[in-house]
Amino acid sequence: MAKKTDNNLYTLFFAIVMVIVVGSLLAFLASTLKPRIVENQRFEKQQNILYAMGIHNNEGDNDVQFIATDKVGEVFDSYISNQYYIQGGEMIEDDEAYLIDLAREEALTRNPEYKKRLPLFIGEKDGEKFYIVPVLGKGLWDAIWGFVAIGEDLVVKGVYFDHKAETPGLGANIKERFFMDKFSGEHIFDDEGDFAGITVAKGNNDPANNRKQDNKVDAIAGSTITGDGVTAMLRNYLRTYLPYIQSINQ
Amino acid sequence: MGLLSKKDRALILDPLTDNNPITIQVLGICSALAITAQLKASIVMALSVIFVMGVGNIVISLMRNMIPSKIRIIVQLVVVATLVIIVDQVLKAYAYELSKQLSVFIGLIITNCIIMGRFEAFALGNGVWRSFLDGIGNALGYGVILIIVGFFRELLGSGTLLGIQVLGDPIAKTGLYSIGYENNGFMLLSPMALIVVGIIIWVQRTRSPHLVEEN
Repeated sequence: MAKKTDNNLYTLFFAIVMVIVVGSLLAFLASTLKPRIVENQRFEKQQNILYAMGIHNNEGDNDVQFIATDKVGEVFDSYISNQYYIQGGEMIEDDEAYLIDLAREEALTRNPEYKKRLPLFIGEKDGEKFYIVPVLGKGLWDAIWGFVAIGEDLVVKGVYFDHKAETPGLGANIKERFFMDKFSGEHIFDDEGDFAGITVAKGNNDPANNRKQDNKVDAIAGSTITGDGVTAMLRNYLRTYLPYIQSINQ
Repeated sequence: MGLLSKKDRALILDPLTDNNPITIQVLGICSALAITAQLKASIVMALSVIFVMGVGNIVISLMRNMIPSKIRIIVQLVVVATLVIIVDQVLKAYAYELSKQLSVFIGLIITNCIIMGRFEAFALGNGVWRSFLDGIGNALGYGVILIIVGFFRELLGSGTLLGIQVLGDPIAKTGLYSIGYENNGFMLLSPMALIVVGIIIWVQRTRSPHLVEEN
């Protein structure tokens, strides 16, 4: 005997009702939670920018602790003195430049008319000035990004890296302290004074990164492609930003 | 476990031993390979799957007399996907840090064949309470294997457990490293997960010979 649920009309009816119920449930959930999610993302950006310039709550040797979310807005305002974005060769001051989504800006450049906005932050800590630039690139599986803080001497003072989907235990380690810390103090110009970026190098024989002038940091074993992605994104963005940093720096 | 009848207890305990979804039914292997390079990721994945399986089995079981058989797989998929999106959104709003660590795994839950398998094989034909127990049991069985594999892969591959260096410092050469021990980076790659799962299956079948199929 055919069951009621085998009926075609019933099947169609069930499918329609299911789609409406699930669709409205998810739409309702998404719109209710959206303000909180957006706020979380805003805090995260502020935390990451501050982390790159060395403002964090790190305690042990291995943990990455950001400024707490309930304080980060205040801390951010007190350390970041100016925010700009660069568009078509001009620097425009904008207090919400940190909200600019670099990935979205890069995607928009597919339209040749569009001039992308590149955010640049100026921070001050203990009388020392930092230029903080965002970087974005490709790892093995998906996007990798971060922030690089550069001092007035044009030496890297600190970095923060993050990734969407790098391999746990391998490429995902770019966001670990042991990797990020190695970038502090690294030079981005070679001995002749030409721009060289920073290369994540295999066989560097310098695991503790004592040679700060060689433009190289030691790679993570087993994550060559992620490391190459870090090298490429640093080189791309630092090269783009350097002329602007140098012009403000004078 | 005095609350549960013998049959109900079997629903929870069987998947942990003689009917384990990974080692006996060989389901859910893909996610077991992908995320077990670290113990923490394994534990988190296990917890997420326990939640999704428990709730998913309840939902499917509640609807079991209404679901048209022609589109039942689609209905199951919609239920898993919805649950996973709900978990993802709620985590993003209320536990942002955690949701970032989970980013990859949340998506992987949908593709976990154990979930669809239990919906299809159990929840569609059984009551709510029993389906719930079956879901929890199978998710636990999956989680236990995940955690065992994660434990060995992280320990032998990185020399750490939950991110803490338990064998000494490989760069400063302390602890075990001072006598020439080296981490086996191979353990961090997916093929070794398959080999570890293989060893677990071997051990389990040697201890319980009735599990070995006759040829």
